[in-house]
Amino acid sequence: MDFITMIINGLSIGGTYAIIALGYTMVYGIAKMLNFAHGDIIMVGGYTIVLFFPISPVVGIIASVIFCVIVGIVVEKSAYKPLRGASPLAVLITAIGVSKLLQSAAQIFIGSESKGITVNLGEIKMGSVKISVLTLITILCSIAVMVALTLFVKYTKTGRAMIAVSEDRGAAQLMGINVNFIIMITFIIGSALAAVASVFLVFKIQDVGPIFGAMPGIKAFAAAVIGGIGSIPGAMVGGVVLGFIEAVCGMIPPITPYTDAIEFAILIIVLLVKPTGFLGKKRREKV
Amino acid sequence: MKAKKIFKKITKHYLNYAVIAAVMLVFIILAYATPMKASTSLLFQKITVAVIMAVSLSLVVGFLGELSLGHAGFMSIGAYLGGKVALVLTENGNLEASNILVFIIALIVGALCAALCGFIVGFSALRLRGDYLAIVTLAFGEIVRVIFTNSSAESFGGALGLKSPSFKTKEMFILVIIGFLLILLTLFVIQNLLRSKTGRAITAIRDNEIAARATGIDVTKHKLMVFVISAAFAGIAGVLFSYANKPIKADTFDYNYSIEILVMVVLGGMGSINGSIISATLITILNDKLTVYLTGDNAVFKDLFYALILILLVIYNNAPALKGFREKYNLRALINKIRKPKNDPSEIRGDAARWDVVPTKIEMDEVLSTDIIIEKNDRGDDSANIRERGGTK
Repeated sequence: MDFITMIINGLSIGGTYAIIALGYTMVYGIAKMLNFAHGDIIMVGGYTIVLFFPISPVVGIIASVIFCVIVGIVVEKSAYKPLRGASPLAVLITAIGVSKLLQSAAQIFIGSESKGITVNLGEIKMGSVKISVLTLITILCSIAVMVALTLFVKYTKTGRAMIAVSEDRGAAQLMGINVNFIIMITFIIGSALAAVASVFLVFKIQDVGPIFGAMPGIKAFAAAVIGGIGSIPGAMVGGVVLGFIEAVCGMIPPITPYTDAIEFAILIIVLLVKPTGFLGKKRREKV
Repeated sequence: MKAKKIFKKITKHYLNYAVIAAVMLVFIILAYATPMKASTSLLFQKITVAVIMAVSLSLVVGFLGELSLGHAGFMSIGAYLGGKVALVLTENGNLEASNILVFIIALIVGALCAALCGFIVGFSALRLRGDYLAIVTLAFGEIVRVIFTNSSAESFGGALGLKSPSFKTKEMFILVIIGFLLILLTLFVIQNLLRSKTGRAITAIRDNEIAARATGIDVTKHKLMVFVISAAFAGIAGVLFSYANKPIKADTFDYNYSIEILVMVVLGGMGSINGSIISATLITILNDKLTVYLTGDNAVFKDLFYALILILLVIYNNAPALKGFREKYNLRALINKIRKPKNDPSEIRGDAARWDVVPTKIEMDEVLSTDIIIEKNDRGDDSANIRERGGTK
């Protein structure tokens, strides 16, 4: 029954990646920038959960969402907003700087040793397969988040304004959409998603350090790119694909240490064959 | 007059060679005259590696305008493959480890292997731009790190690191001198490349790829060339590093190291080779001095400091709202004010052929709009004198 376990593991990892990737892809689609600090917002969320966990897990989760949103807004207002309209290279370098800043700030305020919590939600037996409750919750929650986000973007006024801004910022502004406000909303949603992902990651890894979010962040970005950055279904597809690759690699002992290398190699191959990812739209550069 | 011009040309184009050669001479004299502390020569060695890395990254980031986040990966390739070749040669052959020939072979192998990887990464640069390319280079650096970390003990030493070759006598001293010579080689290749037609083509691609293509510049060739050359010099820096540090560990060349080199390039000013050299030197010295004071957990204040500098500097240099402020108060304006207090019309400014400060689009517009000055002549009639700026009456 290894096969079923693998599929469920893949879905669980993929769901987490998909949620992080949604944050990347929405920010990229609307603000046209790569938010390198997204992974570190996950770290902020992780620390908040660990901090509030002794009070109550639910308080921890809510606090993590609130705190992540605050950090997201502060980062957007202070570091990214002044550079709106500047060259993409400058914005990218600033984002890298913010990422390093959050990491080192966490190390200074909280310390370099990792903090841990213990959570045991038990297991469910389904026939001959044992599945942990956490895995099931992760899968269900990520599906719920994706459905909710899709509905939000499709049917609410703000969501449609987001689509408009991502298609053509100038035209959207002429139609009376407050572009800065929409970008801020995007960052808020992205940070909230990062907080949700941090809940899954903390409960799974049970150990938070300053670079807790860096690797999941980079991998989720790879997932967003594989699926086609800027596209919401693309992020979900990319996340699940990457999750399955990780689950398969985890099943075969000789290649397990090379999991990261294999994932990145697949990213490079996908980009070379189809530079826009699976579901991304091709943009023609106009003169 | 002519001698003055030649002198000016020399100071403009060859000053950095002279300064580096002078520093090297001072180093040699000091090393012979006084017993030099091991830590001092180690610092010099680190500086030479950092300068080569920064100058080679500056070629990609500052002049081609593409962000590379995997520059340490190329260095890693150079260090591991060059070091391995040197080890194999000294263990199996009858060559001595101190042999300069072994070092040169290692240097060539390291540079070639890194250049090959640069070709592969550059190949992806043909299809991808900006953020996508940045993530590919990041992925490349991580792949290299994972592969070397998980290699078997016989091949590349795995997580414990590769035992690296060394010179026997006064090794650090010799390595520093070789390092200085390699900096001169790097400068010679990269500066001459940038000062040539090829260099102008590269900066044209940076400013507007479509326009460059339209004017007949072979974008494919130039992009690949930049990536290959930049990677080759990173490989050379890697071989130099492998001789000085033992064992070589793959984790040294991680994402953070790539970022540190990027900070050097950004701090020095993108598109300025001399700036990269200065900032690489300063940051390496600062790193070295700070590790003395910031021990243990405090070491992270250094990272915080660099991150802040990176953010503030990029915002200051690029924020559209700060444009007027930036043009009024900058280092170059200050230097010009000190050097030429009066506005001397015989001074040629905004010369497009200057290699070290390639004019940006905005500057070009200003040059075009102010190049021809129309002024009324002395007789006061309507026929205007048109003269080019720089021409005398």
